[in-house]
Amino acid sequence: MIPQRMTDFEYIVEVRQVRKSFKEVRAVKGVSLMIRPGEFLALLGPNGAGKTTLVEMIEGIQHPDEGEIYIAGKQWKNHQHELHQMIGLSLQETRFMDKLTAYETMRLFASFYKLNAPRVDEVFQLIGLEEKKKAYVDNLSGGQRQRLALGVALLNKPKILLLDEPTTGLDPNARREIWNILLDLKREHNTSLILTSHYMEEAEYLCDRIVIMDQGNILGEGTLQEILALGGGHRSLDELFISLTGRHLYE
Amino acid sequence: MNKITNHQLYRLIAAHFAEIIREPSVIFWGVVFPILMAWGLGIAFTQKGGVTAKLAIVKMIDRKDQNHETKLISLLTASSVRKDSSYSVVLKNEKLGDANLTFIETSWSNSYTLLKKGKVSVIIEDRATETRYHFDPANAEAKAAYALASGFAAGGFSSYGNNQSEIEPFTLSGTRYIDFLIPGLLAMGIMMACCWGISYTIIDRRSKKLLRRMVATPMKKSNFLLALITARFTMNVAEALLLFLFAWLYFGTKVQGSWPALIVLFIAGNIAFSGISILISSHTANPEVGNGLINAIVTPMMVVSGVFFSYHNFPEWALPVIQYLPLTMITDSFRSIFNEGAGLLDVWREALVLTTIGAVSFVIGMKLFKWY
Repeated sequence: MIPQRMTDFEYIVEVRQVRKSFKEVRAVKGVSLMIRPGEFLALLGPNGAGKTTLVEMIEGIQHPDEGEIYIAGKQWKNHQHELHQMIGLSLQETRFMDKLTAYETMRLFASFYKLNAPRVDEVFQLIGLEEKKKAYVDNLSGGQRQRLALGVALLNKPKILLLDEPTTGLDPNARREIWNILLDLKREHNTSLILTSHYMEEAEYLCDRIVIMDQGNILGEGTLQEILALGGGHRSLDELFISLTGRHLYE
Repeated sequence: MNKITNHQLYRLIAAHFAEIIREPSVIFWGVVFPILMAWGLGIAFTQKGGVTAKLAIVKMIDRKDQNHETKLISLLTASSVRKDSSYSVVLKNEKLGDANLTFIETSWSNSYTLLKKGKVSVIIEDRATETRYHFDPANAEAKAAYALASGFAAGGFSSYGNNQSEIEPFTLSGTRYIDFLIPGLLAMGIMMACCWGISYTIIDRRSKKLLRRMVATPMKKSNFLLALITARFTMNVAEALLLFLFAWLYFGTKVQGSWPALIVLFIAGNIAFSGISILISSHTANPEVGNGLINAIVTPMMVVSGVFFSYHNFPEWALPVIQYLPLTMITDSFRSIFNEGAGLLDVWREALVLTTIGAVSFVIGMKLFKWY
């Protein structure tokens, strides 16, 4: 079932039989997940499914109780610095400093990667926020903040992007703009993406593969068609989820 | 590529600094407020004379006495300026400053209402044969009012004396209340600025998940804290200089002791409270809990450390504790440098203890520190 580890890695992210508990709660109960370079993966599931814990373990801020995680063939405990250089992330709840401008925020994060002004300008162009460079974060709209957060995640040209609800609260146009930025990255830089989302449409439009989690386990994975075919033809993921667990995907 | 403006420490300091100076309320509380406080308190306690006492006077007529004259009111009617039901008496004194007494003639029940509202501090029960004074002996203001009024009742205008030759007013610098106050305000400024400026900022950023976002990059964690402390320290220097400048120009406050000692102590005080601030903010992500924690540290010290009034009025057993509180050590040492001419040799112990407190708090704080 689980492919053997290779030295010249075929998978950019390898999660092998990972378990993680917090006191009494078993958050992740033996999950394995392989992601290829350039693959876009959506992680869906209700609150408490273990998505966040799984993503945090890939991100390196939680450590598995059991099992192993390799990013580009490396483990967090010995390669923290290199792995930080390789990962870009955007968390839904992050709020940048209110009284810094968008440009200053980007310069600050760029300095962590030893990147200079030209790269910052490049990213502003990429996320289409050039007009708002001098605006305080305070005065940006929700969509502009999301784009700024995405820009910060892209500064270091990450091989792996971890995005937590990147388009929540955005109007359809703004959402589509972000999707197009992401698809360009895939095409031009072979970036891999792990996305958690509430929008089925987003997962369908962006992702090569969908993984459904519940109560610390993976219930099913595959393309949207493959997943819907599980348990015999459902019209939506929510319907599938009800048939698998008796509950709604999003409550 | 190697330009300093690309360095993360430079960027972090610039970011923290921008956040401080772009917030108008920070400027107000950090710079304007201490100066206003120094000005207000300095004026209130440094002005010469200005003794004002208000007393309620109740006329009590005994039935058998047909005279209808009472002792003190007779005196007041003869010798004071009367307006409606109140009598004003000004006891002139060149050296002590004038004492202004106001006697409000009223009923017995109304006199208690005035007392409870703080409009008078003494109630005088005035009869033909005697005068009785009702007041709280624990209240210094009431005691002074009693002394002045009873003196006037017994000896008239000469009771307060005038230009007494045995009184020698202080003219030395360093003995006025403002000289006592300014070092205290400077010390308090360090505590407030560190505890709010460092602790609250960390807790706020943690609650906004910004710390978590930052440690997901190759940012050096120590740089983040170093930058925060550096930005705060720079502001503290500016705030202290402005307050000192004001006190120097307006009140003529002088540093009689050694400037190097003052600088060393200022730095040690900042180290102490920076460390304490890191410790306070090491764990919680809830700004309301943070608020409570900061207040729990700051408020008791503000009260007992002798910033505004000498702590020697506290009970004997409490003094050893009070004297070793960081704020007390800074306040006391600042005062001895400002007013007693102390030098490095007199305050090096305090500087060392403060630095140690800061270092130990910092190390414990870092052990407990949560980035997310």
